[in-house]
This record gives sequence, C-alpha cells and structure tokens, in this order.
Amino acid sequence: MSALVEAPPTQDVPQVRDRADVARQIRLVVVFGLALVLLLWMTLDIKDPNVTYLLTEKRSKDSPPKPLDGTWVSWITVAISAVALVLAAVNRYPRRWLGGILSLVVGLSFYAGFLMWAYADQEGFAASIANPLPGTVRIAAPIVLGALAGCLCERAGVINIAIEGQFLMGAFFASVAASLAYSAEMGLVGGIVAGVLMASLLGVFALRYQMNQVVLGVVLVALATGLTTFLAGQIPTDPAVKQYFNDPPILKPISIPGLADIPVIGPALFQQNLLIYVMYGSVVLVTFLLFQTRWGLRVRSVGEHPKAADTVGINVNRVRWQAVLLGGVFAGLGGALYTVGSTGAFDRDASAGTGFIALAAVIMGRWHPVGATFAGVFFGFMWNLQNQLSFAGKLPTELLGAAPYLATIVAVAGFVGRVRPPAADGEPYVKG
Amino acid sequence: MSEQGKTEAPPAPEPIKETPPRGPAQWLPTVVDTIAAVVLALLVGALLIIFSTEDVIDSLKYFFSYPWDFFKYAGTAVWDAYRSLVDGAVGSGTALRRTLERSAPLICAGLGVSLAFRAGLFNIGAQGQMLLGALAGGYVGFHYDLPPGIHLAAALLAALVAGGLWGGIAGLLKAKTGAHEVIVTIMLNHVAGFVILYFLAKESFQRPNSDNLLSPPVADSATFPSVGGLHLGVLLAIVAAGIVWWLLERSTLGFEMRAVGANPEAARTAGMSVAKVYVAGMMIAGMLAALAVTMNVLGRQDSVTDNIAGQVGFEAITVALLGRATPLGTVLAGLLFGALSSGGLAMQSGAGVPPEMAQVLQALIVLFVAAPALIRGITRMRGGDASGTVMAKGWGG
Repeated sequence: MSALVEAPPTQDVPQVRDRADVARQIRLVVVFGLALVLLLWMTLDIKDPNVTYLLTEKRSKDSPPKPLDGTWVSWITVAISAVALVLAAVNRYPRRWLGGILSLVVGLSFYAGFLMWAYADQEGFAASIANPLPGTVRIAAPIVLGALAGCLCERAGVINIAIEGQFLMGAFFASVAASLAYSAEMGLVGGIVAGVLMASLLGVFALRYQMNQVVLGVVLVALATGLTTFLAGQIPTDPAVKQYFNDPPILKPISIPGLADIPVIGPALFQQNLLIYVMYGSVVLVTFLLFQTRWGLRVRSVGEHPKAADTVGINVNRVRWQAVLLGGVFAGLGGALYTVGSTGAFDRDASAGTGFIALAAVIMGRWHPVGATFAGVFFGFMWNLQNQLSFAGKLPTELLGAAPYLATIVAVAGFVGRVRPPAADGEPYVKG
Repeated sequence: MSEQGKTEAPPAPEPIKETPPRGPAQWLPTVVDTIAAVVLALLVGALLIIFSTEDVIDSLKYFFSYPWDFFKYAGTAVWDAYRSLVDGAVGSGTALRRTLERSAPLICAGLGVSLAFRAGLFNIGAQGQMLLGALAGGYVGFHYDLPPGIHLAAALLAALVAGGLWGGIAGLLKAKTGAHEVIVTIMLNHVAGFVILYFLAKESFQRPNSDNLLSPPVADSATFPSVGGLHLGVLLAIVAAGIVWWLLERSTLGFEMRAVGANPEAARTAGMSVAKVYVAGMMIAGMLAALAVTMNVLGRQDSVTDNIAGQVGFEAITVALLGRATPLGTVLAGLLFGALSSGGLAMQSGAGVPPEMAQVLQALIVLFVAAPALIRGITRMRGGDASGTVMAKGWGG
C-alpha cells in the first residue's frame, strides 16, 4: 500500500545521511518486519491449505471455483517480504519508481498470503477467494466523485466539509427526478442539480457572507441530513404514490465492447453502469482542468495566494464560485450513486457517512485529484475485502468492519504524515 | 466576518487577543444576532411546515377563488407546530426536565469540541469518545458492587479515562506523525462503533434473557441521584463548563492551548510544547465527551446500548460552533439545542411534524448565526466583530 503514497525525492548522497533518510529506513524495516512475522505466523497456522478461487465476483455456472494449494503461495509471500526486509535492513532498498514497484509487490504478496490464511481451514460450505475489483470500483466510485468535489473546492481555497450533505441531497433528488421522469438517466440530472444547489449554498455563505467555512460545512451536513429525512418522510409509503416520487429505475450495467472481454479486469471495470464511466472520465477531466488549463492555474492560484491572483487581474471570488459549483456537479453525481446507481429508493442517511470518508480521501491524497482517487480506491478495496472476508468467517465481524478505518489511520499516520493544504484554504478574500 | 476581521491577516505573532470592550457593547450585537438568527430560522422552518401540511396543499387548489383558506390553514399549521415546540421545551415541569436532561450531554460534549477548537484542533471524534466512555463507565456500573457514592465516582472515572485515552490517540498521532486530526477522529468514530458492537456481543456485557445489544442495568449505587425526577448529573455540565472556563482563561495549560490554537509556530518559538498541547487538548476533549455520555448511561437510560450516544457527538460540533467555542456560549447553545430537541418530540406528537424539523431548525440557526454579514444585511444593524473567537481557521489548525 505504501507504494501509492510514498515517493520521497531523496538524492543519493553517499556518506551523509539525514534524519529523514534514517527515519525512512527504520519505517521500512518495521513495516516489512511486521509483514514477515505476520505472514510467517499465518503460513504456519494453516492446517488445510486447500482453498478455492474465482476470477469473477460471484460464483456462477460459467465460472465454478477452482482449487488451489495455498502452501506454495504462502511460502512465496514469506520469501518476498523476507527479501524486502533484508534490502531495507542493509539500506539497499531501491528508491523512486523501482522502490514503488517493489513496495507494491510486497503489498500484493501480503494480501495474497493473508487471503490464503483467511480462506484456509474452512469447514462445510467453503467460501472462495473472489475477484475483488468489481466491488472495489462500486464502493470507491462515490468516494472518488466526492473527493473530486473536495479537491476542486479546496484547491480554490474553499474548505468543503459538506460533501456528505451534497451526497445526501444528490441521492435524494436523483431518486425523485428519476421517479418523476421514469428514467434513471434523469436521476443524474436531478443529482447534479441538487449537488450544485448545495454548492451554491456553500458559495453564498462562504464567499458572499464570508462565514467560517468549517462551521458552514458542518451545518450544511446537518441541514441536508435533516432536510432529506424530512422530505423523504413526507412521501407516502403507498406504492401507488411512492412510485412517482421515490421508487426510481436503476441504471443498467453497460458493457464496453472489447474492453469488457479482458479477463479479470474487464468485467470489473468495463461492465458497470453509466455513472461509473462518468467517474472515470471525471478523474481525468478534473486532473486535466486543474493542471493543464489556464482556468486550473487560476483556481490553484486563488487557493494559494488570492492577493497575488487579484493583482494580476483574476477575479478571485468568481473563480472560486466556478470551482465550488463545478465541485457540486461531481458531488451530486456521487450522491446519485446511492440511489439510481445502486439500490433505487432513497432511504434515510443513504450515504452513511461516506462523504466524510471522501473528505479524508482529499486530505490523504494531498489535495490532488489522482492522489484522492487512489485514496478512495484504497478505501473501497479495504471495504470490499471486509465484505468478502465476512463469508470466510475466520475473523470476528467487528474487527473486519473496523479494518478499513484502522487501515486508513495507519496509512495516514504511517505514510502520508504531515500534509500541506492550499495556503489560502478556508480564508475568505476581501478585495482591498 | 466584518471588514476589519479577516481581510489580510498577516501571520500575527500575537497569540492573545486584546481584551474586548466590557458591558453591553460587548455582548449586545451577539445577542441580537442570535435572536435574529433564531427568528429567521423559524421563518424558514414555517415555510417547510406550511408546504408539508395536507390541508394547506389542498387549499392551494382553489387558491385564486378563495385565498383566505390557504392563509388560515397555513397559519394554523405553523401555530400548532410552534406552540407544541415551545410547550414541549419549557411548557411544563416534565418538559423542562427533559430539556435539561437533553441539554446536559450536549453541553458537555460541546465543551469538549470547543476546548479542542481553542487549541486549534477540529475534533469530530466526540461520538467515538462517547461510545468508549459509555462502555467503560457502564461496565464499572453494572459489573462491580461498590458502596454508593464510591461506585458512582468509580464509574465516572472509568468513563473519563476511557474517553480521554480514545481522544488522546488522535492528539498523539497528530503530534507525532502529523496525521490530520479530522481524518483520524472520523475513522476512530467508525472504529468505536465496532468496538462497542464487539463488546456488547460478549457474554459479560449481555443482559440475561435479552436478544438485543443491551447491557445489564447499571447498579443503583452507580447512578446519579435524582431530585424530582431530574438526575443530578445535569449539574455536572455546569461544573464542567466552569472548569473549562478556568482551564482556558486562568491556567497555564489553557494559555498554551490558546497560543497554539492561534499560531502553533509562534507558540513553538516561544518554547511551548505543541505536542503536549495537542495530546492534552484531545484527551480533555475526550474526557468531556465521556462525561456527556455518563448522563445517559448513569442517568437517563441506566444501561449501555450501541445507540447510547445517539447523534449527540455530532450535534456537539454544532453546539460548540453556535457557542463560538466559549464555555458560556456552549452552555447557552446546549440549552437551546436541548430545548429544540425536546420540543421536536412534542412537535411530532402534538402537530404531526417529523422530529427532523428540529434538526433542520438547529442547522438553520447556526447557519444564520455564523453568517453575521447576512443577519446585518437583513436587520440593518451595525455592530462589532460578532465572529468573535477564531475557530479552526483552516486545515493547518
């Protein structure tokens, strides 16, 4: 996992070693040492190493589970982490991209060794190791969209804690719009409108009335929670009426010809509904907008040094408005994933706090859309792993449930560390 | 924020704010702002009530032939709702008691959030700290058999220690690794939810003959004594507010907290330990959140459930913000929110308005209070810098 977030640009100076370099070595030794000890323990703990695996997410007639002897897999993973530990201990661990790849390999091998242990020794109906990608993408998608909204706002210098509120409003109005129009695609429009509406509230109070943006975010979440629950409660439960307001059709999965036939990855990434493809595109779009266009440069400049931006003739608040409203589009779409993108009708508290996870992803990704996307995918992966492992029954469900959150804390404390937000984040700008 | 407040704050090396003017000039604008915000929120709420009442919607169908009906029904709906809101909040002895019992946890947890704010920490973790406090306090309460008084003190202590330690994790991680407290406290909230589920599923935490996640009842010797149905844990909220005031305004640690909150770099240059402030700030915040939950565990409910904290941990943030992160403000905000929550229940039973209405009102009030420029624009009143305390300025803290 470290590979996703770690790329210390240290130069190779032979003799002198600064403290950061020593700290890096210590950290690597500790991490790999722990991994080795755990893998060794798990390998020795396995009594019946025979497991089954699937290349798809669920078992079906076409893809019966295939057997696999876990012994050699486990020992290979032990060997890999042992090599990494030795390299780190003698300070020969590669740097830059090679080190990144090696860290990724160690991470994957730890995952493999852990899976062997978790699925071994099952009695009765044995659960199979299944393809984690489809679930990961499904869970990560709203987090990624929310994080994109967060990145846009905060790069422009407006703190957005209200992603959760935008999700809720987006989810509710996507459901209502889709039900009224009897078209799942209209739900996306409803989601966008609601997201932009919430964003304009954020804009009015943060930019026009210069309210403390942290306060504002918290309040907007409370407002959206109360409002959506209130409004959803106003819709009669009588199915004859409900179908016009809160019983939307659901987006159908679309296969991308060609790409969907790639084994393992294809069905996971290219047999999803429209919104997921929109999510892929949004990541590219936001990254492009922020870092390759004139507008993006302006957004970043008003977030870092609004006064300087103003001096060269950029209308600070206008650029901030644009960024906030555009963010609302993505957050609203993210919300739509909770209704028309998955289960249909809006239920109270549909997004269940993922807006805050998206906020964490923004910080974890260091306010960069790609970094935030990786953070979101990391969280989706952990969450999906927890879902899948609950069938294997080797670990207590509470521990599994807490695992994604614990992993995030470890990732933030161990690898992300001190982060630097945009310099003017949260500061209203007054001309003059 | 008014003109002179925020325009071009240079990295001011002055950690202490100058003493504001005393007397009515100091608090009058704040009071007027708050009242105006409440009125404004009630007006917006009235609109929501009007357009969710069936009679009113029906009367719209013949609005142009007989408009008076619309106004009559709308007026009745709003009047009914708000009358039962006030009745349910302060209308009777029972209502008052319920308001106080709901306010006390909000005040305590809000104090925790306020205190952390002053130290430059945005503590979203009150919810998790409450759950851990409930677990430890409840366990001492129902598992051990101690003499009255001592038992209560032991249970309180256990809750405070557990909440404090849980809160301290976020402070420690921020101090040692720079992990942002917002992420860590959000994650710890979720983790705490699973911790309490894990323990409640254990046999030693399970009430005999019950299938629910419900602990055995807390022993009488560990519950707060009550006078006229009102448990005295409520008084602890006031005591806590006094202690927090003393801590922030009169103690060395409080001075360091405010200094770090205002400018961590300057505080570090002045020789203060920023790490100590972060850890201590979060620990005290966690203890206050734990104190809040004892009002439920050892007071109102007398057992531990997975829902023991309700939404108090999150409402505490709003309370702290409305109270402008000062102890007195937090007490007043907590009372207002307690009244709204207690009245919200009555509004449901009395006028059929969903209890979420109270939540919407709370959010609107804070929204309007925290945007003084908006209120000024509407009330056309000029006043001092009502934004008052600078709370968590941004991500940097």
